[in-house]
Amino acid sequence: MRGRRNRQRDHHRGAELTRFDVLVVGTGHAGVAAAIHLRQAGFAGSIALLGEETELPYERPPLSKDYLLGTRGREEFRFRTADFWADKGVALVPGERVERIDPQARTVACASGREIGYSELVWTAGGRARRLGNAHVIRTLDDVDRLKEALTDARSVLVIGGGWIGLEAAAALTKLGKRVTLAEREPRLLARCSGHALSDFLADRHVREGVDVRLGVADIDSSAFDLVVAGIGIEPEGGPLLDAGAEGGNGVLVDELGRTTLPHIWAAGDVALHRNPFGPDRPIRIESVQHATDQAACVARAIVGAPAPYAAMPWFWSNQYDLKLQTVGLSHDHDEELVRGDPASGRFSILYRRKGKVIALDCVNMVRDYVQGRALIERGSEVEASLLTDAERPLKSLLE
Amino acid sequence: MPIINVTTRDGHSRAIEGKPGRSLMENLRAGGIEEILALCGGCCSCATCHVYVDEAWSAALPPMSEDEDDLLSTSGAREGNSRLSCQIPFGPALDGIEVTVAPED
Ligand SMILES: Cc1cc2nc3c(=O)[nH]c(=O)nc-3n(C[C@H](O)[C@H](O)[C@H](O)COP(=O)(O)OP(=O)(O)OC[C@H]3O[C@@H](n4cnc5c(N)ncnc54)[C@H](O)[C@@H]3O)c2cc1C
Ligand code: FES
Repeated sequence: MRGRRNRQRDHHRGAELTRFDVLVVGTGHAGVAAAIHLRQAGFAGSIALLGEETELPYERPPLSKDYLLGTRGREEFRFRTADFWADKGVALVPGERVERIDPQARTVACASGREIGYSELVWTAGGRARRLGNAHVIRTLDDVDRLKEALTDARSVLVIGGGWIGLEAAAALTKLGKRVTLAEREPRLLARCSGHALSDFLADRHVREGVDVRLGVADIDSSAFDLVVAGIGIEPEGGPLLDAGAEGGNGVLVDELGRTTLPHIWAAGDVALHRNPFGPDRPIRIESVQHATDQAACVARAIVGAPAPYAAMPWFWSNQYDLKLQTVGLSHDHDEELVRGDPASGRFSILYRRKGKVIALDCVNMVRDYVQGRALIERGSEVEASLLTDAERPLKSLLE
Repeated sequence: MPIINVTTRDGHSRAIEGKPGRSLMENLRAGGIEEILALCGGCCSCATCHVYVDEAWSAALPPMSEDEDDLLSTSGAREGNSRLSCQIPFGPALDGIEVTVAPED
């Protein structure tokens, strides 16, 4: 019934409604992974990858690292070539922003006025950088192109926000010879996601590289700087789903398969509020490449009829100066932080425990601990603190 | 352009043109080898760019760093000729190299 009514309505308007078996909204890590994994799982229906950006889908991590620094060009971090998408039969629909969803009619309406139908909708719209006055932000290629252009005449730069993006930006800008001031509202860096040992280590390192690190700064006069960059987090892009009645708030709530509370609508990546088996006992959002990719793969499997709950071990990396930072697990609600090795040596790890069990590790130039720590988290075994902090003892040997 | 011979997981072989100056991983990805996920974009953090390099080419490869070695050891599919393709710069010296995408972990 409803199908026929729709067709009639479309007919009246004189426009043929394009319909895809799977419509993926968002061309970031999660959207790309959803499309690729659908094909890998043998999905033969039509797939569209729609996003508001006009660029061929690209990776974000280099934006605040090699690309900002100028050591990698824009062509070097595309996920795939245009040929690849054509080859896989994935229709790219660039430059369209979805504004409304009609879950009954199974259509989306774009800002351009265009309407597109779907059988299954995969929402991977990520998040939008929070703005602060006319400060630059680092979320899209466009953002960084604008920033790079403005940098040519700038000598002093204020970076607001001591999270991962702010710190990476501060490192890159310092390397570019700028005089960098980093202002963080909290009394320490990375206050939201890491423990004290890492905050202190990084603050010290940035200061030694010449960054003017100012902690506990609520308000700073930005007029004293040539240029301002804000790295103060994102707002998840769940608006159209929430407007259509999906549960959520700070993101869109999904279950263990990535299903939202709306029929035939799935979500994954930065926007997905979910219960993570490695996380605390409440829905959280995770902003990482691993999460975006693995959760989208989980959605793809569920769509092709091979559902398996999302249970991938979280991991994350960051690069600043010559530091390779790697995190495995989620440190939310940890009640103990153990330092393994000597931070002064520039090679060490931090183990986070909750009720005696290791739940996460932050590793600095310490790939071995990053690699071996995973099993400690998986096993959930309780190991004596003195053994965990004995840097001479490989973590692997503590698994018994 | 120099050539990279790739065998994918389903046993099919393909020759792709490699761009010198980019890593083997970047070339495999650009060449449409979808199994090379390369989640970390080449910074030696994910091991999703794992390949086996035909032994005839071992001597032409740069030595393995401790980090690459550690990361590879997470893979159940590690073999004597395992490498992370993101850690191998591609150039004319590797023209004709034979690589096989390692199984998924
Ligand atoms: C500068 C930077 C550095 C990072 N570094 C790291 C790192 O080192 N390691 C790591 O693990 N993670 C890193 N991250 C995080 C990682 O990039 C994100 O977690 C990941 O991109 C999330 O993927 P996503 O697909 O959920 O969202 P996104 O990548 O944000 O993609 C969402 C896409 O949807 C589009 N979109 C949004 N709304 C709409 C709409 N209504 N209609 C149409 N299109 C829409 C957006 O334009 C965007 O292209 C970094 C992020 C940034 C910004
Ligand atoms: S791409 Fe991640 S280790 Fe090679």
